[in-house]
Amino acid sequence: MEITFALVIGSLTFSGVYLMLRARTFPVVMGLTMLSYGVNLFLFSSGRLVSGGQPIIGSTDTYADPLPQALVLTAIVIGFAMTAFLVVLSLRAKADTDEDHVDGRDHGERPEDPPGAERLREESN
Amino acid sequence: MTLSLVVLLPFLGAIAAPLFAQAGRTAIAIASSVPALIALAILFPKWGTLADGGVIVQSLEWLPQLGINLSFRLDGLSLMFALLILVIGLLIILYARYYLKPQENIGKFYALLLCFKGSMLGIVLSSNLLVMMVFWELTSLTSFLLISFWDHKQDARRGARMALAVTGGGGLALLAGILMIGQIVGSYELDDVLAAGDQIKAHALYPYALTLVLLGAFTKSAQFPFHFWLPHAMQAPTPVSAYLHSATMVKAGIFLMARLYPALAGTEQWFFMVSFTGMITLLVGAYVALLKHDLKGLLAHSTVSHLGLITLLLGMGTKLAAVAALFHIINHAIFKASLFMAAGIIDHETGSRDMRQLNGLWHYMPHTATLAMVAAASMAGVPLLNGFLSKEMFFAESLSLNLPGIWAWVPPIVATLAGIFAVAYSARFIHDVFFNGKPRNLPIYPPHEPPRYMKIPVEILVVACILVGLFPAFSVGPLLHAAASATLGGQVPDYGLEVFHGFNLPLMMSVAAFVGGLIMYSQRQRFFDFHARFREMDEKAIFERAITWVVDRANGLTGRLENGSLQRYTMLLMVSALVVAAAPIASLGISIGSNGLTPVDLPTAIAAGILIFSAFATVYVHRERLTALILLSVVGLMVALTFARLSAPDLAMTQLSVEVVTIVLMMLALFYLPPWTPREIPRTRLARDLLIAGVAGIGMTVVTLAMLTSPFSSISDYFLENSKPGGGGTNVVNVILVDFRGFDTLGEITVLAIAALGIFAMLRNRNLQAPPTDGQGHPWAFDAHPTMLKQMSRALLPLALMVSVYIFLRGHNMPGGGFIAGLLTAIALLIQYIASGVHWAQARTKFRYHGVLALGLLFATVAGTGSLLFGYPFLTSTFTYLDWPLVGKFEVASALVFDLGVYLAVVGATLLILVSLGKLTPEGRPLTRTEAREES
Repeated sequence: MEITFALVIGSLTFSGVYLMLRARTFPVVMGLTMLSYGVNLFLFSSGRLVSGGQPIIGSTDTYADPLPQALVLTAIVIGFAMTAFLVVLSLRAKADTDEDHVDGRDHGERPEDPPGAERLREESN
Repeated sequence: MTLSLVVLLPFLGAIAAPLFAQAGRTAIAIASSVPALIALAILFPKWGTLADGGVIVQSLEWLPQLGINLSFRLDGLSLMFALLILVIGLLIILYARYYLKPQENIGKFYALLLCFKGSMLGIVLSSNLLVMMVFWELTSLTSFLLISFWDHKQDARRGARMALAVTGGGGLALLAGILMIGQIVGSYELDDVLAAGDQIKAHALYPYALTLVLLGAFTKSAQFPFHFWLPHAMQAPTPVSAYLHSATMVKAGIFLMARLYPALAGTEQWFFMVSFTGMITLLVGAYVALLKHDLKGLLAHSTVSHLGLITLLLGMGTKLAAVAALFHIINHAIFKASLFMAAGIIDHETGSRDMRQLNGLWHYMPHTATLAMVAAASMAGVPLLNGFLSKEMFFAESLSLNLPGIWAWVPPIVATLAGIFAVAYSARFIHDVFFNGKPRNLPIYPPHEPPRYMKIPVEILVVACILVGLFPAFSVGPLLHAAASATLGGQVPDYGLEVFHGFNLPLMMSVAAFVGGLIMYSQRQRFFDFHARFREMDEKAIFERAITWVVDRANGLTGRLENGSLQRYTMLLMVSALVVAAAPIASLGISIGSNGLTPVDLPTAIAAGILIFSAFATVYVHRERLTALILLSVVGLMVALTFARLSAPDLAMTQLSVEVVTIVLMMLALFYLPPWTPREIPRTRLARDLLIAGVAGIGMTVVTLAMLTSPFSSISDYFLENSKPGGGGTNVVNVILVDFRGFDTLGEITVLAIAALGIFAMLRNRNLQAPPTDGQGHPWAFDAHPTMLKQMSRALLPLALMVSVYIFLRGHNMPGGGFIAGLLTAIALLIQYIASGVHWAQARTKFRYHGVLALGLLFATVAGTGSLLFGYPFLTSTFTYLDWPLVGKFEVASALVFDLGVYLAVVGATLLILVSLGKLTPEGRPLTRTEAREES
């Protein structure tokens, strides 16, 4: 169980960090969301992994640690607020600079069509 | 705490004085005098204690852990300076009343002047070196503001900036020096520092501490090579020049040397650094003073020269020299302040300060001329005036230095030479201005005497010159004795304050200075010609160039470090985090703690597999944004399931509902953003980022594994035990949120509110251009909102709201509560927006989400404050049981009100965020057919 959980945290961190290092705002926002999943799970697991120990008094014999749960609960909600802020910031940057690069300016990449776009356009015409 | 009052009063006055600005110059001058008068009344009764070398220390604990106390100390030395500051300050206030024009910003002027006065009193009365340092910097700042009082003049602004840069830079050095002294002594209190003189001088850090402290003192007191700021500070209004730049502020450096005399003086290093600096300053100032055509320029350089003289005396290290230094501080303050005031009167009445234009003013203003001539004579050192007495003492001291061989001749020769220059420039001041033909091209002609009261401060000071000159022992003797006793640690040498010491060598030097000075003045044209051969050194230009150079270099460095690429900063941040964490994580290795591993069941393994796969897949397809977003939502869903699996039902519910709003939000955003991400160049960056992300991922895996398998102790036992009896609820997570750690929660919903409002502000009046087609080249659909979804969602709304109420009410005992219920309500409403469009939904929601948000914060705060009324701390909750017919026994906790606040705040914030974004859509996209019909 512990190894599985650690691998989950590791892959969330990997994916989150890699996406955060990207040049366009949208992948960065996705990366941040991914990383915050990882961070929330990590903080939550500081109360260790307990099965069937929900911290509702009287429902079970041993309880999971309720404190990390309470902290992570608010962290999830605030994480949403921060993600939303970042999303809107990236939209605002797009509106102001006409560019969705995190640096606010293009570094020479040319927008290109995705595979099959040409065909799709013909079809729709 | 009467001493702190003395320091505080001028600052209070600075607040009050501008209120009188409307009432005219006389009113504000009277109002500004009050603090000084009260301060004098406070200080006067203390004279009895101080006359015999007594010390009054009043201390107020401030930051005792750091050794910083608000302590004030009054002894002879600080009293002498305090009197100079207060009395000359009063005269300046009177003088400025007539100097300033009525239309000038007199409120600002008097407020700044009083601020300066308070800061200066703070320096001389502080008993804690760090507190003194604060006041020291305050004088630099107020001086900056006063020099640039006429801020429309470029020269004034530049002069002010130069003064601030030099004295402020010196202040930094002084701070370092003081910190060193504090380290050596172990205390910043003056009593301790002064008593630890031998300890300081024997310490290895002494040379550095001394150099740094002297740097501070030399910059403040305009000693060579830092003297150049003082003449440029003459752009200030003349009352400021008279007060700050002759009588008080420039003496702060000298005060510091006198104050720390017992702690620092008496070593060879002190002798060489202080006396040589003083000697060079004395000569340079005196030489340049003779060459200046500007009246204030002459006085400024003469001030530099006299400050050098005092420094030289302090540097000599003998007790008699220190007494002479203190005596000259008083004398110089008196005659120089009166000379500046006279120069200001001349400037005021003629419109010029150029001595090539000012001639023969005796004819037009004999009264002022007489006063100025007496003061100038005192500056030259004419017998029967105060300047003569201290100058004689200086000559005598220069002879008594025991230097080896030919060096013994240097001080007396320098002293005589400086005396010659002083006589020459004083003679120039008198002869050029008041005699020597007729005025030439004066802007104001004919000049006449100033208003009667403008001359009173000058008259008082000139009378003081004569009084001290004739009856020194009677007039300043006791004060000087007290000051000397404080400076020298109680061992005052025998010195005679007589007008005539008999025919001796110092007298001969005086005579030589007079004869030489008059000859030099008569031959001044030769000097001007000689000096004209050298290229004029423009200190201001050099200074500006140096500043520009420094700023350019700093900009260059910043530019190299900060190239404006956020992508690069993120990378550097990540790498730095990895570097910091690298060593501990590497040493951890793959460590399994003593708790060991537990087996994993198949469903959990499958779920974890899906999660990991989706996470990697998101990365793999991230350039196709919509697909990546769908995969991301799978990850979020699996995270919610993880919480459910690992005994956290509240978290699972929260994560699930947050996941919904997050994905909706990102879909909305994607409408305005390109649907795919272009390839990044260079490709090597991708490999580098994979490496960084890989290391981060492995590091987190290792850390998590180590943490999960190690035993731990938690403070949660308390919460588990007290949740039911203390908080009245069985859902411990919810009780922690609304009760045990309610303050945290209050802060968190506030953050939520701020984020929501920030988003609202960012999107206000902002038209985002939506692309004409979707990413695949399809034009947008014009279909109406799907009927099935519309009807379903409308029917579901009451049900969904009821569920959220249920979740909310049971939250204290079962999984649920304000956060989750708030998110559920938000989603229920959000579905209406999605299914029926913003127009439809907005027309039916008559309230604004700002209000809901504010109401939520209000509820939460009021619920918290309620407990204050009953004498409990903020956010204490209580509960009771009610019998509700049919339902049965029912528990009501006051925390429910708090939770209601949380609920409302979450609903308000979530909807405000999403609706602000969604509202843009109709403006950005073409209307659907139904909408178009409704519009028309």
